[in-house]
Amino acid sequence: MSLQVLAVDDSRTMRDMLNLALSSAGFTAHLAEDGVHALEMLEVTEPDVIITDINMPRMDGFRFIDAVRSNDKWSRIPILVLTTESADELKAKARAAGATGWIVKPFDPAKLVKALQMVAG
Amino acid sequence: MSDPMAEIRASFFIECEELLESLQDGLQTMDDGDTDPETINIVFRAVHSIKGGAGAFGLDNLVHFAHRLESAMDEVRTGRFHPDGEAIRLFFTCADVLGDLVRAARDDDTVSSDVTDPVLEKLEKLVGVEEEAEEDLDFTPTTLSLDFGDDMALPTLPDLSALPTPEPDPADAPLPGGKGFTIFFKPDPALYLSGNEPLYLFRTLRDLGDLTVTCHTTALPTLDQIDAATGHLSWTLTVHTEESEQAVREVFEFVDGLCQLDITPFATVPSATLPFPLTATPFLPPLSPPEQPASTAMLPDPTTVPETLVAKDTAVRVKPVETPPSESSAPAKPSGTPTQPHATVRVDLERIDRLVNLVGELVINQAMLSQSVTEAGLPPNSPISTGLEEFLQLTRDIQESVMMIRAQPIKSLFQRMGRIVRESSASVGKEVRLHTDGENTEVDKTVIERLADPLTHMIRNAVDHGLESPDKRLAAGKPREGHVTLTAQHRSGRIVIEVSDDGAGINRERVRAKAIEKGLIPTDAQLTDGDIDNLLFLPGFSTAQEISNLSGRGVGMDVVKSSIQALGGRIAITSQEGKGTTFSISLPLTLAVLDGMIVRVANETLVVPLNAILETLTLTQDDVKALGPQAHVVQIRGGFVPLFDLGAELGYRPPQESYVGGIVLLIGQEDGNRAALAVDGIEDQRQVVIKGLEGSYGPVPGIAAATILGDGQIALILDPTDLVSQASGRTRSRPPQHALAG
Amino acid sequence: MTDTDKPTSSSSIELLSFRVGGQDYSVDIMSVREIRGSAKATSLPHAPSFVKGVINLRGTVLPIIDLAARLGLQTGDKPERNVIIVVDLGARTAGLMVDAVSDILAIPSGEIQPPPDLATDNARTFVSALTIVDGRMIRILDLEAVMPPQSEEVA
Repeated sequence: MSLQVLAVDDSRTMRDMLNLALSSAGFTAHLAEDGVHALEMLEVTEPDVIITDINMPRMDGFRFIDAVRSNDKWSRIPILVLTTESADELKAKARAAGATGWIVKPFDPAKLVKALQMVAG
Repeated sequence: MSDPMAEIRASFFIECEELLESLQDGLQTMDDGDTDPETINIVFRAVHSIKGGAGAFGLDNLVHFAHRLESAMDEVRTGRFHPDGEAIRLFFTCADVLGDLVRAARDDDTVSSDVTDPVLEKLEKLVGVEEEAEEDLDFTPTTLSLDFGDDMALPTLPDLSALPTPEPDPADAPLPGGKGFTIFFKPDPALYLSGNEPLYLFRTLRDLGDLTVTCHTTALPTLDQIDAATGHLSWTLTVHTEESEQAVREVFEFVDGLCQLDITPFATVPSATLPFPLTATPFLPPLSPPEQPASTAMLPDPTTVPETLVAKDTAVRVKPVETPPSESSAPAKPSGTPTQPHATVRVDLERIDRLVNLVGELVINQAMLSQSVTEAGLPPNSPISTGLEEFLQLTRDIQESVMMIRAQPIKSLFQRMGRIVRESSASVGKEVRLHTDGENTEVDKTVIERLADPLTHMIRNAVDHGLESPDKRLAAGKPREGHVTLTAQHRSGRIVIEVSDDGAGINRERVRAKAIEKGLIPTDAQLTDGDIDNLLFLPGFSTAQEISNLSGRGVGMDVVKSSIQALGGRIAITSQEGKGTTFSISLPLTLAVLDGMIVRVANETLVVPLNAILETLTLTQDDVKALGPQAHVVQIRGGFVPLFDLGAELGYRPPQESYVGGIVLLIGQEDGNRAALAVDGIEDQRQVVIKGLEGSYGPVPGIAAATILGDGQIALILDPTDLVSQASGRTRSRPPQHALAG
Repeated sequence: MTDTDKPTSSSSIELLSFRVGGQDYSVDIMSVREIRGSAKATSLPHAPSFVKGVINLRGTVLPIIDLAARLGLQTGDKPERNVIIVVDLGARTAGLMVDAVSDILAIPSGEIQPPPDLATDNARTFVSALTIVDGRMIRILDLEAVMPPQSEEVA
């Protein structure tokens, strides 16, 4: 079973790495550059799980999560937040915004896979 | 590709350059007084992204510096710190150092902490970010390595069939023994709202060891009262594992605080009452709206799958994954990304250069073919000739397209100059602002690279010697802050780059005196202002040691001039006393081809760049006038132009007896002066492929480069301006005082 | 093609020997890219007399050094000097015009000696080492010294 993952990050390097890690793990990666782009993609793809960066142009991660959660179609999709900090404050913030979990950058592919497993099977 | 990580790493450094560029842009905008929060965000994000990528590649020094800078930017972003001019100058310095670190990391080099530490110190002093030791510890870069192997063997997601079979008889439960944990887990309703799903947690837990799951259903309301979004269930889980409690807790990391969780090291046999069947449907199918029954959620929703996307998947790197028919056969998902903006391809420059060379060969081959066709005596309107004509056009089109691949905006170079201005102005205690214009002018990549040194030199000169000290400026009624302007534009098939300052202008008296003192000009030389200005380009006019107490310019301007000439360019200078000085560089669009006139001189074939030739004429008796004992001038429409004998100037032969009836090329130079070059004959006019001489031999005076003609012979490409500037001007045979050729 | 790295095992060195101006010279075979017949060179203005000019070597511009002139040897009028040894030195490539190519020799590195300190020998600066093969003295050419001077010095 190939998990469909929508990965949102404005950094091309990070997208490349997510793509590599996800596809190496046998997942299907859909990549978006920012919140706006990701919402566009949600209209046409049905990811099992979303991974999103926080700091992005046009629409940042928090606003993106909020947009996803407030749409009935997508409100149940697990969302993992990519963050460079593992500070509790940020976790609380991510959770308050509606995130399911978080991945601390730089991520270890095995941990990424495990995190995806924890939220999306 | 063999190593995807190496590829991503290379791409990371390219992205870094882009990020550094937007960082510079953002800081510039801030410096211009813009306080738009998005500008600060851009700056913050650039640093943040560099840090993020650097962390993934274990580039500790880069991470460390970027992290500190990011923290400082965060202070600005959150409005806790309001940067003034001084702060922004420091940010610029930080950006410069960050750039150094990026390039050092790229080239496996290091930047001394003597460079980074003082900057960080200043930054923290200024912005007042306390060292967040804890966060630094948190952000331990872990080098990303992908060890999945070729078979994509991910840490296998538990196949549902492999999960412990629901076992009604507690006697058959795994025997307690060894190590393990008993976990009581009761989700709060908020757990479900966060998108977490207990089933997946259990599956993850199962990877740690044998798992027994007991579901407590006592709190379960009657069916009609079930709210999908609210949890009513709790579980007791027993896992037999050698793993630490930490590993078990990690499984519940995302739901920490969203549930009641008690983990106790394995002690007793759990009183397994009702093992929960893990093969059941997830409690909350991820894609189903809460009010929908689970079964219907599994059906494809036609409204969300536009079929147009199926064909669009070419641009997406999706690894084909076997999709065994599973019980949760979700709707077929389009594998294409709907929008793939800025589709670009990264190509190794070497490949492009190879293409450029091949196209060059094509041009040469074509010339050979044309020559053969002409020699075969085919009429010009024969099918072969017309076919060849079309071939020629196609070749030119290909050539142009190939050249466009190599072109890139000059912006990166201009940004580097921003740093030069900041650093050199700081070192001489001047306040200087750099203005740039035409940053998006596209220039051949090699030209950009090779412009860096001469331009750096010129910018330093402008700051160092062009601009006055703040006091002098104020005394002259100018603002304290000096201005240096850097512009680029396309002008009639060439690129023109100008460096100007609003300084004092060239002190011609001193330049003249200096040139006389150095023996570069005779004491009684009659020189125009332009002549004097051009003395700065003379080798030996000045050296770095001597210039420091000279208010004029001239630090190695001869070196600048020769680097520009090596690029097939020209440099000119204009200066106005009290107003400033402008250096103007004009460069060919490409280094690879040139439209040339093929001429013959003393049995040698030479190419003269067509854009240097104003006209060609045959001299009559009336046109040529003797001037002095050794020289001639050509009278053209009332003006007099010095005559140069190309064969003699190149040392091929002594000057001719007479030039009457001879052919001359009228050459226009950058400074507006003209010159007449005597040649033996004009053979052709065609495009030639430029082959540099510098790499194989070295620069040759008066010669710009070489090319290969249709017959396979090498012909030299003339640099008329250089030739004239170094010419003897002898057009009359006189016993030479010393041999011309060395 | 060949690269200029010398073999790591220093047991022996392979030399391409040739005759120029009546003397036996050689170069490390690792720096030889190819051997080809002479072609009409395009002369370079203001070049030193030992630079014959440049020829087209499959699309690249190859400077040709008249090695006899470079070494200050008597050339006589020998039209048969028509062999060009294309050598690489670092990033530079040049053609050495010689009388004839003789042989490829494998010389044990122990048999290679530094040139005697004969200050009067004009060609000495161009010889990096000497060896004896079959009673003949073979001079090993210092390619660095033979190459045309770069940039400033040319003018």
